[in-house]
Amino acid sequence: MSPTTLLATLLALSSLAYFLGRRRALAVAGTPGKLKTLHSRPTYYGALTAIWCGIPALILFGFWLAFESNIITSLVVADLPENLRSLPPDRLNLILNDIKNLVSGNIVSGRIDPTMQAAADHYRQLLVISHAALAVVAITLAIAAALIVRFKITPKLRARNQVEKITTVILIFCSTIAIFTTIGIVLSVLYEAIRFFQKIPVWEFLFGLKWSPQMAIRADQVGSSGAFGSVPVFVGTLLISGIAMLVAVPIGLMSAIFLSEYADRRFRSTAKPLMEILAGIPTVVYGFFAALVVAPLIRDAGTFLGLDVSSESALAAGLVMGIMIIPFVSSISDDVINAVPQSLRDGAYSLGATKSETIKQVVIPAALPGIVGGILLAISRAIGETMIVVMAAGLAANLTVNPLSAVTTVTVQIVTLLVGDQEFDSPKTLAAFALGLLLFVITLILNIIALHVVRKYREQYE
Amino acid sequence: MNKTSKPAAAPAADSTRTIDLVNRSLPRRYRAEKRFRFYGIGAIALSLLFLSFLFISIAGKGYPAFQKTFIELNIYFDPDVLRQDALATADYSKLVKTSLSQTFPDVTGRRDKRDLYGLVSSGAAFKLRNMVLKDPDVIGQTLPVWVTANDDVDMLIKGHFDRTAAEGERRINDNQIAWIERLEKDNRIEKRFNRTFFTAGDSREPELAGIWGATVGSFLTLIITLVLSFPIGVASAIYLEEFAPQNRWTDLIEVNINNLAAVPSIVFGLLGLAVFLNFFGLPRSAPLVGGLVLTLMTLPTIIIASRASLQSVPPSIREAALGVGASKMQTVAHHVLPLALPGMLTGTIIGMARALGESAPLLMIGMVAFIVDIPRGFTDPATVLPVQIYLWADSPERAFVELTSAATMVLLAFLIVMNAAAVILRRRFERRW
Repeated sequence: MSPTTLLATLLALSSLAYFLGRRRALAVAGTPGKLKTLHSRPTYYGALTAIWCGIPALILFGFWLAFESNIITSLVVADLPENLRSLPPDRLNLILNDIKNLVSGNIVSGRIDPTMQAAADHYRQLLVISHAALAVVAITLAIAAALIVRFKITPKLRARNQVEKITTVILIFCSTIAIFTTIGIVLSVLYEAIRFFQKIPVWEFLFGLKWSPQMAIRADQVGSSGAFGSVPVFVGTLLISGIAMLVAVPIGLMSAIFLSEYADRRFRSTAKPLMEILAGIPTVVYGFFAALVVAPLIRDAGTFLGLDVSSESALAAGLVMGIMIIPFVSSISDDVINAVPQSLRDGAYSLGATKSETIKQVVIPAALPGIVGGILLAISRAIGETMIVVMAAGLAANLTVNPLSAVTTVTVQIVTLLVGDQEFDSPKTLAAFALGLLLFVITLILNIIALHVVRKYREQYE
Repeated sequence: MNKTSKPAAAPAADSTRTIDLVNRSLPRRYRAEKRFRFYGIGAIALSLLFLSFLFISIAGKGYPAFQKTFIELNIYFDPDVLRQDALATADYSKLVKTSLSQTFPDVTGRRDKRDLYGLVSSGAAFKLRNMVLKDPDVIGQTLPVWVTANDDVDMLIKGHFDRTAAEGERRINDNQIAWIERLEKDNRIEKRFNRTFFTAGDSREPELAGIWGATVGSFLTLIITLVLSFPIGVASAIYLEEFAPQNRWTDLIEVNINNLAAVPSIVFGLLGLAVFLNFFGLPRSAPLVGGLVLTLMTLPTIIIASRASLQSVPPSIREAALGVGASKMQTVAHHVLPLALPGMLTGTIIGMARALGESAPLLMIGMVAFIVDIPRGFTDPATVLPVQIYLWADSPERAFVELTSAATMVLLAFLIVMNAAAVILRRRFERRW
């Protein structure tokens, strides 16, 4: 039985158990008039039966599938001929990959090694056995649990309290997923990053001025020695984010000011959603726009002015990223400006200030902490933005602040290092995780500061 | 006494009265006011200009892709080539070649012939194969068949190649142009609606590539995301808003959720790669893994929206329910949740729209592979619409630019529909208490 059918069966069984439990409750209550002898309403008995029928089996189902592939793989490895099993781990991984490809029917090479074919057959056989065993165990568990609960149903059973308790536990579990996600991110990135730092010293990574992650495959290979100094990558990231902020902050801030202070209701209700469209456009579309429309435009303009502009200039990527961030800056600034109490404005007007003077000298200074917080959030967003830079920025890590030349960014490097074929313990692949760790830490710090500042600011006027 | 009251009638020439200073500065201040206002309007106009420029440039590049060029050939379904015992594996491209040679009998020489055969897409043979397999009676007949032209021909017909440019600078040579012009004179070249684009999977040949595979992949991925993130998001919002005590632990959860909402999406991809692929050994490129990663990514959005929606339900509703003897859980499930649900759904749709447009984390878990087949299940290798756009945008052929823009238009159309649904939902069910 395939996992999908099994899942459907379990859900069906669970809903069947609901009716079973409810009927049992009605039966033990006796005639309809005596319904009030039951502790809870009949539906709760049904729900209790359904929960006990479904949840243990589903938990088993989840764990089984999560660990199935690892266990089967190790079984298959244990069964491989000695000469294959003693291979170094990376070669063994390749062979395992080939076996898995054979299993899923993606034949990579025309000639199939008989031992591989045997291993693949073994794998497939184990998979079938595992699925069959899972189906038997899960369905038995579900039915047994449902029956046990059914026999336990008496008018005195506190079904509602039990259902509510279980529901609360589920609710608590769901709300902790956010914490597990964070822990998962930190652990997975940290683990690989530590392996990277065992090969490359931390200080070399943090302060090295040269980034060229191509490692030599043969010992005598010339040219690609592998250098992992992240400074040029970060300078490139900051350059592009800086350009983006130069575009986004003035435009976003000014439009927020206009919308919240000057615009009438009608203008506001049309212009605001239109600007928010900019925030809803997928980043890949911006990336395409940057690479295909903006970059050639800037290059042509540069040629016209006699400048030497790279076709993957930081300017194009930064400009488009800035456009993407405009609504982000403007909506946060809008919130913050609206939170400034009207009494401050009235005070300024009564001293004879014009509207713009009030805004410049009273409203903005009062809103400044919030605006700064919003800008910090926007910067963290710009640093972590991926698709625009992957499509429009370069790959070569040039240590430069010239916006017309090509630079690379952290996210571009992560993508290029991890997309495509990779071996899992070369410094090249691990470097991506080290960059990811740095990216996570930087954006985390920016976010924490920004959220703190914004929250503090809101409290100030509440 | 006189000393102090003397300046009451100060000489006009001196003009040190404040009101005069103010009056004199007024024009300057009004000008500054106007300027400031103008900056504001300018900023809004500029961003709307960017928006329309983006839409116009994409629509302008993309709309021709909804049509493609077909060439009419008189195909003789030669019984010698199509032997009954091997219909599925017969050499159908030979039929196309023979027909082309008959249309242009004056073409000799291997090089010229190759150029001639290059006018027609390799998909033509598949079309003939399907025709024969569907109706074997056509064997032995000569029928006019409209076959797909090669992408270079397509580009030429759509006017993207300059016919007058030097021969070395275009992808299509003088002979080919002459043949095409003859076909055009015979009305054997036509632009028709590009059905392949909506029904096919990816392909290396632009004229055979379509977005259906990516659309199905996106759909499967979104189903996983929706099925997981909506219940989990709503459940955690309910716990945090209705049940959780105010303590350090819930504070930690809150800070965590707010932070996760701002973590770069690519980091979620790294998580997916390290945990789902390497630790749990789930299949690469599968919508299942994509859905899991996107679930973790959209959860904070949904939780935040759901909490806002729960907050907007007035406490009097809860008090009334508790007052008539409902338990806390019954209050929430029977009264608060139904009232908050429209807001939660709106938040979820917006989260789904964002997940639909997301591509960076999916690159990390291998959904960038070149996949021709339409995925049939949650563990089949698949790609999604935005990643398909990324893949095509990287392809060198001119025709892929058009396809990329067209795929972008389709993606944007989906997003507009989803966001419009969210807006309608909000308008219809929004309640002011």
